[in-house]
Amino acid sequence: MADFRMPSLGADMEAGTLVEWLVKPGDRVKHGDIVAIVETQKGAIEIETFQAGEIERILIDVKTKVPVGTVLARIRTADEAKPGAGEAVPQPPAPPAAAPPVVPAKIVAAPSIMVPAGAARVRASPAARKLAAEHGLDLAAVAGSGPEGAITHADVERSLAVGPAPEMKRAPGIDLDAMRLAIAAAMARSKREIPHYYLAHEVDVTGCEAWLAQQNATLPPDRRLLLGALALKATAIAARRFPAFNGFYRDGRYEPSPSIHVGVAIAIRGGGLAAPALHDVDQLPVDALMSRMRDLVQRTRLGRIRSSEISDPTITVSSLGERGVEVLYGVIYPPQVAIIGFGKVVARPWVVDGSVGPRSIVTITLSADHRVSDGHGGALFLSEIGKLLQQPERL
Amino acid sequence: MNDLEIRKLVIEELGKIAPEADPASIDAGADLRDALDIDSIDFLNFVTALTRRLGIDIPEIDYPKLVTLDRAAAYLAAKLVAK
Repeated sequence: MADFRMPSLGADMEAGTLVEWLVKPGDRVKHGDIVAIVETQKGAIEIETFQAGEIERILIDVKTKVPVGTVLARIRTADEAKPGAGEAVPQPPAPPAAAPPVVPAKIVAAPSIMVPAGAARVRASPAARKLAAEHGLDLAAVAGSGPEGAITHADVERSLAVGPAPEMKRAPGIDLDAMRLAIAAAMARSKREIPHYYLAHEVDVTGCEAWLAQQNATLPPDRRLLLGALALKATAIAARRFPAFNGFYRDGRYEPSPSIHVGVAIAIRGGGLAAPALHDVDQLPVDALMSRMRDLVQRTRLGRIRSSEISDPTITVSSLGERGVEVLYGVIYPPQVAIIGFGKVVARPWVVDGSVGPRSIVTITLSADHRVSDGHGGALFLSEIGKLLQQPERL
Repeated sequence: MNDLEIRKLVIEELGKIAPEADPASIDAGADLRDALDIDSIDFLNFVTALTRRLGIDIPEIDYPKLVTLDRAAAYLAAKLVAK
């Protein structure tokens, strides 16, 4: 029997509200199936199961708010199928419970490991806690201004005073006010706790553009590639070689991640931001990466993010695209330790082989956590990304 | 398909990308990417939708011909005639 629990969808999440069950007792589920929808400050998140089997019991009713780690349902796993149940063919060597190493399933399926109770507890004064509880406000969403970032009574009052957003057509799954509070909480924590350092590197991407134009000339629009896909792939490959930038800083120590799940910063229409993960980017061919990126952007903007995507990015990439500005100084999303920024591509006079000519230049930046790495390593990491972009055909 | 029908179709597709925008307020001569806050993935989705609905090919090199409503209407009309 396996427990299906309320996952932690970020270090600042203490509780979530179950808004919809997509399964009922007796339903069979497999690894990766979406079984429930949970409302968090980041919007409605689709929760996947990492256990295969049959839904035995549903323990939590819809519209119930429960803390992270609460058992929501019990799943009878495939290997404990009722004896004599004819169709349940046993799959001896690899029960899905023993997740393959490339999938971060275990992290999500065992949220208590991901967020120890002590680490997740928000610092707040008793008066602030009381006021927040009276109004049903989640303290994790409040930026604290007290000692060591503690949340004061006044902070809660301010949060409660934030009025409703002006009426605007938008995706039903996204509450921009709640999203702003979640961004505020995460970024305030980042600036409070993470000693950032910043590096910038100008890279010639003329070759990337030529290669993309050549590829895209023979492809239908739905299979065309963008520079953003090359940027993600180059970052992921470089992160494999420089593990000090890919992982989590928790409880006073750094844990590098064996997998590379790149959080993609996605602007939400109307003024929001989310950075859900693309999984195992270093192992995806560029065309598959591109189609996943398109799908992720589309779903994020519709408010359809999956739990595994929101909970486990190991590094973030923020790309301003063609209508942005040249340089972006990112703020690290805790508990990650690095964010890579790609500015817009600009035409610049550039020296190539001793003579000046027009080239397409992009400024790549790194914001990294000084508790984990130094500028020297950061510079090598950034310049590795630049080198990888010189050979787009090999990405 | 006449000019009006083409414009209606283009506006319909833009509405799917920028649902909060008022189609009637789109300045036919303005850069759509700025007017509607469209990024490169949105634009790719827009081009994909147009090729599917009109049964034409829109090569990447022609993207600049689609950046305003007026230019897009003229370009698509010419493409449909050539089909």
